[in-house]
Order: sequence, then C-alpha cells, then structure tokens
Amino acid sequence: MNNIMIGRFVPGDSFIHRLDPRTKMIGTFLYILVMLWANSWASYAWTAIFVLGLIRLTGQPFKLYWDGLKPIFWLILFTVVLQLAFTPGTPVLYRLGPVVITTPGLINAIYVMIRFVLIILMSTILTLTTPPTSIANALEMLLGPLKKIKVPVAELALMLSIALRFVPLLMDETQKIMNAQKSRGMGFSTGGPVKRAKAIIPLLIPLFVGALQRALDLANAMEVRGFRDAVQRTKYRVLHYEKNDGLAFAGLFVFVVVFVVTKRLF
Amino acid sequence: MAITFEKVNFSYGAGTTLAHAILHDVTVNMPSGQVTAIVGQTGSGKSTLVQHINGLLKPTQGRVVVDDFELTARTKEKQLMQLRQKVGIVFQFPENQLFANSVLEDVMYAPLNFGADKVAAQAAAETALRRVGVAEALWQKSPFELSGGQMRRVAMAGTLASDPSVVVLDEPAAGLDPKGQAELLQLVLELKSLGKTVVFISHHMDHVVAVADQVVVMHDGRVVAKDTPAVLFNRDLDWFKKMKLDLPKAGQFAEKLTAAGMKLPERPLTLTQLATAINTEVGHE
Repeated sequence: MNNIMIGRFVPGDSFIHRLDPRTKMIGTFLYILVMLWANSWASYAWTAIFVLGLIRLTGQPFKLYWDGLKPIFWLILFTVVLQLAFTPGTPVLYRLGPVVITTPGLINAIYVMIRFVLIILMSTILTLTTPPTSIANALEMLLGPLKKIKVPVAELALMLSIALRFVPLLMDETQKIMNAQKSRGMGFSTGGPVKRAKAIIPLLIPLFVGALQRALDLANAMEVRGFRDAVQRTKYRVLHYEKNDGLAFAGLFVFVVVFVVTKRLF
Repeated sequence: MAITFEKVNFSYGAGTTLAHAILHDVTVNMPSGQVTAIVGQTGSGKSTLVQHINGLLKPTQGRVVVDDFELTARTKEKQLMQLRQKVGIVFQFPENQLFANSVLEDVMYAPLNFGADKVAAQAAAETALRRVGVAEALWQKSPFELSGGQMRRVAMAGTLASDPSVVVLDEPAAGLDPKGQAELLQLVLELKSLGKTVVFISHHMDHVVAVADQVVVMHDGRVVAKDTPAVLFNRDLDWFKKMKLDLPKAGQFAEKLTAAGMKLPERPLTLTQLATAINTEVGHE
C-alpha cells in the first residue's frame, strides 16, 4: 500500500518546488492543452524533451515518476490495444478475423501511448512538488472569479483538501482491514469474476463504514468549532508570485513557441 | 504451540533507498500453552513483531518457527494459509473488521475460509460467540447495530471461531470499560486453560501481572528483557524509566511508601501482595 504514488508529495527545495502552486497549475493545464495538438514526431519529441527537462529541474529521482506510471500501466495498454486493433486505413500490416492492424493504427497507438505517459508525468511533477493543501489553495484562487456567478469555490476547495487529507488515512485503514481479514483466512480469490468480486466485500464494507464514521466525526468537529459555509475567510498562507514565477511563465512561452514551430516546419 | 524467533530482522522497503529497519536481531521464544505479554513504548516494534507470527510480515532476515511451520523471507504466500489457521490475531480495535449481514455470518467467515463446511462453521461460530459472551438474541442482528463493547466481542469471536492454537491479542483492552477489561483478562485465562498459547500486547502493567507467565520487553526494535512478571517488575526503578515503562499500580504505590521511609522486602505487584507487605511491615513495629 505504501508504494502508491498517485498524488504523493515529496518535499524538496528545487526551482519547481519553490514555484507558486498557481504557476505550476496553470503550467500543467497549458502544457496538457498544447500537447493534445501535437501531430508529428517532432512535436511529440519536443513535448517529451520539455517534460524530461522539468523532471531534471525537480531534483527527484526518475524512479519516483516511473512508480507513478506503473498503476495506470494496464489502462495505457488497454487504450493502445484498442487503437491498434480498430483504426481503419491502409496499408494493412496484419489481419486476424475482424482485427486489422494498419500503419495509421500503429502510429496512432504509439501517439496515444506517448500522450498518456506525458500527461501522467506532467501531473506527477505537479503533485510531487506541491503539498496537497497548496494545490487546493491555488485552485481556490484560480477559480476565484467564478464566485461572481455563485459557484461555491471556497467550499469546493475545502472539499478537495479534505479529500486529499483522507487519502493517506484511508490507505492506512485499508492496510489494517486487509491484515485483519487475511488473518481470518481471506486468501487469493480463485474462480470467476463474480466470486472474485464477492471476495473483496469483507474489505470494502468495513472501509466504507469507517470512512462514513470519519466523515461524521470530522463534520461534528468542524461544527463545534463554529464552522459555517458561505462566509468570507482570510488565509493563513497568502499566495504571491515571485521572480521565479516570471521565469517559469517565460519558459512556458518559449515552450509554446517552439511547439508551434515544430508543428509548422516538420 | 511454541513460537520461536531466531535472529529476526525486519525492515520496510528492504532493498530500496527508503529501507527503514524496525526489528533488529530479535531472538525470543514464547512457550507453548503459556501467556506471553509483550510490553514496550509506542513505536518499539511490538505490533511488527506479532505480525510475524502469522506471516502478515515476513522476516527480512532470520526465521520464525511456529510449531512445525518455518517462516522466512522466502516463504510463499500460498503456504501462509496453513500458518494462519494455527494463529489467530485480534488487532487493535478489531470491531473495524466487521462486514457481514449478521453477527453469526461474520463469525463464520474465518472457519469457512479455512475449509470448514457450513454446518461445522456455524457450530464453531456458536461456540466462539458463547465463549466471548455474546447473547444468542444478538446472533441474527447486523453487527453494526451492536454497542461498541458487543462489537468488540463479536470481532474477537471472529478470530477465535477457527479455533487457532495460538491467539495473539494486540492491545485488546484499549477503549474498554473496567468491567470489559476484567472480562477480557478472564477470557485470556480461559484460552490458556484450553491449552492455547496466548501472546498479548499491553500498555497496562496490571493486566500483564494478572495473566502473563512471561513478559517480553521491547525497546527500539530489540528485545531487551524476558522474564516472569515477578522477576521483571522487581528490577531497578531507573531501568523502567529508561524503557519508559510503568510499574503496576501496587508497585507504584509501594515506591511512594519506600520514598516516605517504609521498608518493604520486595516490590509488590498486586493489591493483595501490597496489603500483605504493609501488614507485615506494620506488624513488625
């Protein structure tokens, strides 16, 4: 359970760590948006180089990012196989019944895989270098203008930070329940999918019950301390942009310009 | 069934840069048919130690032997079923493990997993529920409708139902009222009288004195002492301070008496012993 990397924050003091969370968030979204326009080997190569450069800048070992990729390996594989098997076109490389592998299909499959990997790597950079509370904070400030049209931005941000806070707790809880049920002989589930699904009920029910109980406890704790929603709050940590953020935005600008050039020229 | 730890080392994330050693060179045995208490401050490795007894954790180095089962780093996951049938663990706040529609069904979970048929499993569950004192009227109820104390009992029955020869209890008294605690100690003694080997972790030295034949003291992932309660609790007071352990209530009181100038032959461990010691001492004068 301890090896799950999604959303994990690793403290550090790199250039990326010190950036304002808003900068990182805008950068991540911009990057993903731009990257989806990539349509040639050159443009994919440039987006990949950019991400690898950023990873270097975070000062964290690449293994951490690799671990982040592992849990979604099957999802990537699934999409790749779908692309590979069901893209029509010519020339046909291989044919087996209804399954036809074509050259465009093969290229598409590789593109899709690169996209997936790059998106995950980029978002891992964000979560690996930014504490969850900062992410929630940044989101609240970035969505601030939506308050004008009555979107409960502060509440949404609070929900997000509570959810993030609960992730390690629930992991812990899962481990404990797993240990308890393993001790009672919960084994490797063999048999069909229904039987397998049934085998995890002893894990899921206690987990849900525990999560609901925790949520109620938290709600009570907040209420007795006078929490009310829909009030204007001040912040303990006020975010402000620094010189480095300017540099980061300049870097992003360069990234986009070079990207457009690679798209046009190659 | 005897439990033997031989030079057991354990670290989380062994082989990676994040390796974090918890147990160092633990060699200890817990004799068959006896009650062994494990004490030590929070984080000293007690829970990690007991999770080796049924193979939830495997030693990074060394081996654990339970009866004729040998657990090493290379033991296959499939073989562990055999070990887990022999060793039942009741975790801290075991009521968190309840999941089934009815009390009876929940308690039947372990025997069914270990290969009993429905009839045998139900019989085993009924025996276990009676043993922990859950009234028959509650057996068909949902475990989530019960009170906290009853949930704890049902959860304990859930472990006892597979009739393990070794019963491990990880701070079973935490959060129970005094009556519940007394009943729990009674249950420990009953399990011992049934010939079971009992291992229990406790912060409560009075509980240790009440039921334990042996006390294992852990400190920073090492076993630093193993003695009978009578010998252990007569150690020097400074040692207890260093290990951040309490004395039993009677012992604490005796220390106060000694500090106030009363001479007691040895440190009493129970209220009866304390009373006798005081009477003898006062009678002398």
